[in-house]
Amino acid sequence: MTEAKIRTEEMLLNMGPQHPSTHGVFRVVVRTDGELILESESHIGYLHRCFEKCAEGNNYLQVVPYTDRMDYLCAMMNNWGYAVAVEKLAGIEVPERAEYIRVMVAELNRVASHLLAFGTYGLDIGAITPFLYAFRDRERILKIFEKLCGQRLNYSYVRVGGVTFDMTEEILADIEAFCDYFDPKIIDEYDNLLSYNGIFISRTANVGVMPADLAISYGVTGPSLRGSGVQRDLRRDAPYGIYDRLEFDVPVGTGEMGQLGDCWDRYMVRMREMRQSIRLVRQALAGIPEGPFCDKKAYRAVKPKAGETYKRVEGARGEVGFYIVSDGTNIPYRVKARAPSFSNISILDKLTSLSDVMVADLVAIIGSLDIVLGEVDR
Amino acid sequence: MARLEVGQIIAVLKEKLPDAVVEEVLDGVDPFVVVKAEAWAAVAGLCRDDSRLGFDLLSCITGVDYPEREDGAEIEVIYNLDSIANHHELTVKVKLPRDDPRIASVEEIWRTADWHERETYDLLGVVFEGHHNLVRILCAEDWVGHPLRKDYEPPDSFHGIKNVIY
Repeated sequence: MTEAKIRTEEMLLNMGPQHPSTHGVFRVVVRTDGELILESESHIGYLHRCFEKCAEGNNYLQVVPYTDRMDYLCAMMNNWGYAVAVEKLAGIEVPERAEYIRVMVAELNRVASHLLAFGTYGLDIGAITPFLYAFRDRERILKIFEKLCGQRLNYSYVRVGGVTFDMTEEILADIEAFCDYFDPKIIDEYDNLLSYNGIFISRTANVGVMPADLAISYGVTGPSLRGSGVQRDLRRDAPYGIYDRLEFDVPVGTGEMGQLGDCWDRYMVRMREMRQSIRLVRQALAGIPEGPFCDKKAYRAVKPKAGETYKRVEGARGEVGFYIVSDGTNIPYRVKARAPSFSNISILDKLTSLSDVMVADLVAIIGSLDIVLGEVDR
Repeated sequence: MARLEVGQIIAVLKEKLPDAVVEEVLDGVDPFVVVKAEAWAAVAGLCRDDSRLGFDLLSCITGVDYPEREDGAEIEVIYNLDSIANHHELTVKVKLPRDDPRIASVEEIWRTADWHERETYDLLGVVFEGHHNLVRILCAEDWVGHPLRKDYEPPDSFHGIKNVIY
């Protein structure tokens, strides 16, 4: 009778800060009963780089490169969020051409970011192949950005008053070629490869179900919130730039593979958003006017009047917000960044307590929230 | 429900809680309303539960340090509220004395306030009364001081790691 000798008791398990499936330096302490998670506690701050403190010591234009390093997977949106806030404060008009370029680079960046989310989510679940394909295509976008501004991740391309460099005909042709290559053929391929794969569905459907009201209460935004069926997209609900002139749909989760708001829904929202992003890029390509690419005065220096504002844009992970207080000098008095991942990951402890979550499911849940620790900790 | 202008939102606040609103600024870059610190918990509850307001999303909490204000040093805590259903937003400010900044926690009203309040406590030293776990979140647990206070002096070293300034 060996069975009687086996002791069972709860165990505290430490996951991270260095753990491949936490997508950065993120630590979760879980209390487990065998494979089952009873409780989890998230710890963040390992990557804190005092963005807000640094911003108080640099002038308005010098802050832009710091914003890149918050969410380094979709830096264009962080640049843009910061830029719209400063433009509102200083009353700067952005040239029409710059607005079109901004939509193009931001949507391409969203595709690049979602591709990485798609690839690494496959890795988390145990599918290695999609990752290689995702990086193949992400590389094409990064090549375009490299040609455009010399950077592959931290672009500092969207700046106060416009963009840093003008778009050339050659790059426009590259972008068009990418759109034709990518949509619909490649995204269909991805859906066949991973989205409707039986093993993938059984690992993600009905796992980490996030009810809509709970998600909103926890401040979850972006694809993770839309995965719970909430029709909320700042590009449509509070349009900035030229989004009010462009046509696109807002995909939301439907619970078609399991329950509404499960990991599969959140994943699928990103896959569907990529198609919409390409649609937006195509419209911007068709409509891009000639003209200046940046406000001349703002290109050199920015000195807003005293005042404060809060502006948000729809990033790849949710709402990127900047609260900026100006005291009338060329250095911001206070810059507060609202990072979407910060709020999105805060729901994790609740999700593990809502239902019976296995240790392997925890990995699936973290992956489906698609966090970037660089912006959680700032 | 329908979208309300900021003036209408403030009118609802004043109707339900006549003493709460101290000041309203509608002509700035962004309009905002200042409420009494003691009234903040009631205002927050009203903002979420009144169907005309319906502020279901607490988007951001910002703390700003003003050590040199004419009428005494202050810390402002700024709440950016958003209504997903009604498509309107509101900026609410609360002004606290700098030497003892205390305000009611709203983590029971919006769960996201939990981490945002911890961050504001960590970086500015604002105490959120009633918070179930008000500990540092971004800085190390044994960090000294609140870095976003304007008079903050960074330490020369931390656990033997030197603070090298280039």
